[in-house]
Amino acid sequence: MRLAQHMAVASDRVTATAIEATEFPDLSRAYRVMAVPKIVINDRVEFEGALPEGQFLDAVLRAVAPTAS
Amino acid sequence: MPILAERDQDAVRKEFQRIEGPVKLVVFSQELVAGDLCRQNEQLVREVAALDDRITVELLNPAIDRERTEAYGVDQVPAIVVEGARDYGLRFFGIPSGYEFSNLIDAIIVASSGEPALSEATRTALAGLTDDVHIKVFSTPT
Repeated sequence: MRLAQHMAVASDRVTATAIEATEFPDLSRAYRVMAVPKIVINDRVEFEGALPEGQFLDAVLRAVAPTAS
Repeated sequence: MPILAERDQDAVRKEFQRIEGPVKLVVFSQELVAGDLCRQNEQLVREVAALDDRITVELLNPAIDRERTEAYGVDQVPAIVVEGARDYGLRFFGIPSGYEFSNLIDAIIVASSGEPALSEATRTALAGLTDDVHIKVFSTPT
């Protein structure tokens, strides 16, 4: 969450929402949360566990990359 | 009974020495939806805010303050928005306890300055974003 928060402060384009998985079981089910932390970006890119800054950024950029067709 | 033990309060006070400007915690509560959780969340936020006079708290009820709740993009309770000089898009759904508590403290500190601790390369890449990015981070208290 820390990196996501700092990215949100760095860019007006970015929002970071921390979700307490046990309090919102419906959301957790919808996003198939099996392990935490689970990060979901634009409902398009997802991963579990902490990533170093560079790899986290790559995930963000993948989430906004044009879809390959 | 306070949620934060005296030792936790001291630790947070020490962290808050890094606060650089005013921070507003907007708390969303709806008794009929999740009364107990919302009350605990409110209490925790008030205890945190009491540790530094640069932190203020505003309470909104999504059923009454509909327009503002929608503008904040909040669709769950309990929820917290952490605002500094402006709304940076920092949201917490659910009570930020355990692991999330340290993130709440970190969110308050970074929102107070508007200065993220990120590398120059990351900042440059983020500055080039032309689409919105919504990051959800699911976690549990332990």
